[in-house]
Amino acid sequence: MRVRRQLEQAVAVAALGGATLLAVVVLIFILVFVLSKGLRIVTLDFLFQAPRDMGRAGGIFPALVGSIILPLAAVCIALPAGVGTAVYLAEYTAEGRLTRLIRTGTDCLAGIPSILFGLFGFIFFVTVMGMGWSLLAGALTLAIMVLPTIIRTSEEAIRSVPRSYREVSYSLGATRWETVWKVVLPSALPGIVTGVMLSVGRCVGETAAVIFTAGVALRIPMSAFDSVRTLAVHFYILAREGISMENAYGTAAVLVLAVLLVNTVSYGLMHRFIARRER
Amino acid sequence: MKWSGEHAVAAVLRVIAFSSLASLLLITIFIFKEGVPFLFSHGAAHFLLSSRWDPMAGEFGVLAMIVASLVVTFGAMVVGAPLGIAGAVFLNEFAPRWVARVLKPAIELLAGIPSVVFGFIGVMVLAPLIRNHLGGPGLSVLCASVILGVMILPTVMSISIDALASVPNSFREGALALGATRWQSVHMVVLKAARSGIVAAVVLGLGRAVGETMAVIMVAGNTVRIPISILDPVRTLTANIAIEMGHATGAHRDALFATGVVLFLIIMALNGIALGAMKRGAR
Amino acid sequence: MKGTMIFVRIAALVLLAVGALLSVGACARRRGEVITVAGSTAFQPFAEKLAEQFMRKRPDLRISVQGGGSALGIQTALSGAAQIGMADLVELPPEAASLTAIVVARDGIAVIVNPANTVSNLSSEQVRAVFSGEIANWRQVGGDDRPIRVVSREAGSGTRTSFEQILGNFTLAPAAIVQDSNGTVRETVANDRDAIGYLSHGLMTDRVKAISVDGIACDDEAVIAGRYRLVRPVFFLVKGAPEGGVRDFIDYVLSDEGQKTIKDNGLLPAGTEARME
Repeated sequence: MRVRRQLEQAVAVAALGGATLLAVVVLIFILVFVLSKGLRIVTLDFLFQAPRDMGRAGGIFPALVGSIILPLAAVCIALPAGVGTAVYLAEYTAEGRLTRLIRTGTDCLAGIPSILFGLFGFIFFVTVMGMGWSLLAGALTLAIMVLPTIIRTSEEAIRSVPRSYREVSYSLGATRWETVWKVVLPSALPGIVTGVMLSVGRCVGETAAVIFTAGVALRIPMSAFDSVRTLAVHFYILAREGISMENAYGTAAVLVLAVLLVNTVSYGLMHRFIARRER
Repeated sequence: MKWSGEHAVAAVLRVIAFSSLASLLLITIFIFKEGVPFLFSHGAAHFLLSSRWDPMAGEFGVLAMIVASLVVTFGAMVVGAPLGIAGAVFLNEFAPRWVARVLKPAIELLAGIPSVVFGFIGVMVLAPLIRNHLGGPGLSVLCASVILGVMILPTVMSISIDALASVPNSFREGALALGATRWQSVHMVVLKAARSGIVAAVVLGLGRAVGETMAVIMVAGNTVRIPISILDPVRTLTANIAIEMGHATGAHRDALFATGVVLFLIIMALNGIALGAMKRGAR
Repeated sequence: MKGTMIFVRIAALVLLAVGALLSVGACARRRGEVITVAGSTAFQPFAEKLAEQFMRKRPDLRISVQGGGSALGIQTALSGAAQIGMADLVELPPEAASLTAIVVARDGIAVIVNPANTVSNLSSEQVRAVFSGEIANWRQVGGDDRPIRVVSREAGSGTRTSFEQILGNFTLAPAAIVQDSNGTVRETVANDRDAIGYLSHGLMTDRVKAISVDGIACDDEAVIAGRYRLVRPVFFLVKGAPEGGVRDFIDYVLSDEGQKTIKDNGLLPAGTEARME
């Protein structure tokens, strides 16, 4: 009887472990597939040269610039709005039906698929507001897309700042805003930064919303109204059109490495934040 | 002096908060404003129940796309949920701490890989495999389901881990004290306790699968036809919007917004179920 | 108090920066320096190449080339989101009537199969039957006993609209696979030995094999002479009369240098009747 239960457990653990292993194997396969074919293409020239012949030759510099500028612009728009909203919800209003409603709404909106953002951005920013395919249209669309994430993570971070911090600040005579600005926000900073990194990661990998709003121009943008191509879009076009499989793999390698970097940094920050909180 | 600054700041924050909420609402309102009139003028029933999509002839029926989205999402669940839940149980309940600490972030890295890379691997590796060994064009329900399943795996796994981790240790210890093996305590006690959280994890994963666009366009074949076998090519709601968006004028564009409305409602429903399940678990 | 001041100062700086960026961009726009060319994916790579060359001569102008398909080209030319719309259509639809249409090139549509396919010629009736789904097996047209997999462009593609119109306005086979650009059609056919598709002649590579239609191969000579039926013009569509940078670019495309670039890269030159007055 006892042996049978032990056997059952051994089988179960083996199966579960096997499933986990399978998931890990898949991840490794993807990384190996992309990096083995792509890393050798990634030279300094590849990174910093302009593409020639529609991407068949040359490098990926404009797309690299695009992948840095576009998420940056989106975060510049979303961060003040998101943190401001989180501060308002957490510090300036009482918990009640209104705040719960807002929070549910934000959670729901976090689930809207990126293609709908692309559709909205194309019709509203590109066409109706006349921005054309531009960095600005892309940044605004991406900003709205990551806004719920920033609001959610910022609010969580702010709420988890211990009450005692605020009480000490008030007892020293600070006003509510001074408390927020000098005590609460600095303490909540790691959590907020985590939210920002997650958003940046999402923007870097985003394709559907970007193609329809920022366009596909292969030049370094000179103004907010210039169209800009990101690495993800460039990869999509190179791979789909069969323009240059080599360069496609190279672009994918850069993209995957960039995402790995952003994710690793945000994990490090998140763990430091949790560790600090538990102290 | 200080307090007038305070009022100003509070006012500014209020404006910011309401503007960001307003911009979030803007999308919802916009999509509904453009899509709902179409449903009324062309008939929602016809739109939802006809499988003929021929914009040039004025025929707009999204049934084939709804079926495609549902079938592909269900397939993704079949692939991704068992693996995700199994992985979560293993990492949280059985694996040594150092293994969990290494593998958990590693698998969550999968979540950060752009969807176009997944689609690319689907086209280059999986579709030919399916075509050569199973038949059909390779670009199919099966291909899309597997790729999407792998994409939602990290989501399902990490939320399931959260659900499992929030089950109090006393539950496990109680079962062990009664003589159960570790596995018995897990599947008889812990899993039941974490059930609503795990359900929420799966449903959120489904939400992500339904909304995926780029990978699906690359691997599903984009044929507007109700699939009969998993080797048939299909077009999902998201792919339909993306493929036709640039071409649409007039009624065609309104039909795409209406497709967006249908998609939006499906995802809201899924999110609602997930949130409801999580709240029930918290009680 | 100090905190508020710092906040206010930072906010003011940010607003100033954003405002500066926007106004610089807005000025650039108003001077007409950024010309957006959007539409036909068949012509898009050529437009990009021409734009690259043109901008080297005219560094004061910036041309941004987007794709999206011929229908999008018409739509954005009408809405003003693009200054030049590209459309490769046999006949322009009624909504394009208000736009000025200038032929800048001609393009044949090649019917392509996988290089491993034994079939090398089909009559136009056969092509029509295959693409409408009536003929479903390669055996029926002289090939091996294997199912035919039709690959098509999406509804709204100029290439597809022209293809279907020239062959008699048939309805595409319901089982056809749909891809959203010439390149992806080509890659799909190149990877599937049972596939058949159609492709802009200018985008042919040796990854796929072009079959002859009615015994006539899709080459330059046959297309110019009019013997190969599947040909369509590529239009640049402009709202009103072209002027300024737009006119300069169109002039460049129609110039000897521009037409030579088009010819060297596999497309056909516009022909004498396309010169702008």
